Amino acid sequence: MGRPLIRMDRVRKWFGEGTLAVDDMTMAIDEGEFVSFLGPSGCGKSTALRMIAGLLPVTAGTIGIEPGAGRTEHDLGFVFQEPTLMPWATAFDNVYLPLRVAGVGRAEAAPRVDAALAEVGLSRFAGAWPRQLSGGMKMRVSIARAMVTRPRILLMDEPFAALDEMTRMKLNNDVLRLWAEHGLTVIFVTHSVFESVYLSTRVLVMAARPGRVAADLAIASPWPRDDGFRNAPDYAAQCRMVSDALKSTLDDARIDH
Amino acid sequence: MTPASTTDAAAGEAPVNREAEARARRERVLSWAMPAATMIAAIALWEWWVRAYDIPHYLIPAPSRILATLVADGPSLAGSAWFTVRLTIMALALAVVGGVTLGAVFALSRPIEMSLFPFAVILQVTPVVAIAPLILIYAQSTFAALLICAWIVAFFPILSGTVVGLRSADHNLRDLFTLYRATPWQRLRYLLAPSALPFFMASLKVAGGLSLIGAVVAEFVAGTTGRNTGLASRIIESSYRNEIPRMFAALVLVSALGIAIFALTAWASRRVLGHWHESEIRRET
Repeated sequence: MGRPLIRMDRVRKWFGEGTLAVDDMTMAIDEGEFVSFLGPSGCGKSTALRMIAGLLPVTAGTIGIEPGAGRTEHDLGFVFQEPTLMPWATAFDNVYLPLRVAGVGRAEAAPRVDAALAEVGLSRFAGAWPRQLSGGMKMRVSIARAMVTRPRILLMDEPFAALDEMTRMKLNNDVLRLWAEHGLTVIFVTHSVFESVYLSTRVLVMAARPGRVAADLAIASPWPRDDGFRNAPDYAAQCRMVSDALKSTLDDARIDH
Repeated sequence: MTPASTTDAAAGEAPVNREAEARARRERVLSWAMPAATMIAAIALWEWWVRAYDIPHYLIPAPSRILATLVADGPSLAGSAWFTVRLTIMALALAVVGGVTLGAVFALSRPIEMSLFPFAVILQVTPVVAIAPLILIYAQSTFAALLICAWIVAFFPILSGTVVGLRSADHNLRDLFTLYRATPWQRLRYLLAPSALPFFMASLKVAGGLSLIGAVVAEFVAGTTGRNTGLASRIIESSYRNEIPRMFAALVLVSALGIAIFALTAWASRRVLGHWHESEIRRET
């Protein structure tokens, strides 16, 4: 495999008010992996993701991303917990934003924006305003925006936490499809054991106060995964394994919930 | 009774409830008809009262007499109204230019804001009536002095609206612009300016009314008389001459002007924000 695509080496993050959000986090992610950061709130999983995206500076340690072959404007796509759409712009203009900022003209960008919207099943809604879209549809626009630059790495920060179960399952399948079709490397932050097992090749279980990696678990279940997988005994077994690892971190920290 | 329809466009236009549509139409008509009816009733009552009790017109003129004065003095009053309109619009335009420019500078630089904000506050809290005599002494012409007074009153809402607005952009959207390495100009154009728009439009509505108030008050303080003056001067003149109907006529014009400015700014706000901002979206019920 050669060198990993994303590396964190003894990364530490102090926030100004004196909280140690991430302590001594070391990990490596190879190209093509789907890794979940799983943990309770306050375990620094979102902070770690934001540092990888370059949205937060590290206090100590290093984060490395292998430089790409320069085939896209941006190697990183980011999906926030909220859809984070501009309410004054149509779905098309929201998805066009990364290309517009990169200096791509509207006419040149149009086919790529249309393709990105088509990939999330929103071709008919290019002209819709965000307020006209349901929560799930807004999230799809947000994913299309992250994908429009054809990134190698997709970072997702609890993207489906606010959605209902049915919508969440559908979007899980969509993300898996995009991951497989585009050969993406995905880091997916979640607090749901079931979601992390369903999606991932590997789950990093994180512990809180201070945030750190408590367990690194490979999810060896076969691909492709679909709704049948949710009922398989194998899925239940993997969920139990991950759940136990998560529970032991909670016991260690003796946090009351 | 069905609950309010959601804004789910995916479902497309559901078959519309006819009863609800009819009710909505009725409400639209009523929203115009009711205030219009009360207004007409009030004027009718006024007319009747003045006639019934023989109130002398130099105390309170009947609406019909005010209307007659408006027609008779139309040309001279129109000239004064035009003067006030020009003064108000120029003051508002300068307030927008100055407020937005300074607001943008403030929003981009905390140190500059901290250094200059006290001046803006002093300008705001000192009553314009109190500064006006000084401005009249220093300004080149009376018109310039009046303009400065009206501008001072209208300027602050625009400034504070712009500053708050430019700072109100969603934090995740800011991160997104950072992620895509947007230039400061792109950030201003595609994120900060649209985010500021609802705040700016609200401050424009306030400033529109204030610039008219500033224009009228300044003229009162200046006590300008003569040919090239505004509606406030007509009111003062008429009061000296005991021409009460003329005072009312000029007052009606000032009110009409204020209503026109409000309607114009409200319309502009709807035009600009109508398709996306909560404050201007008409909810389907």
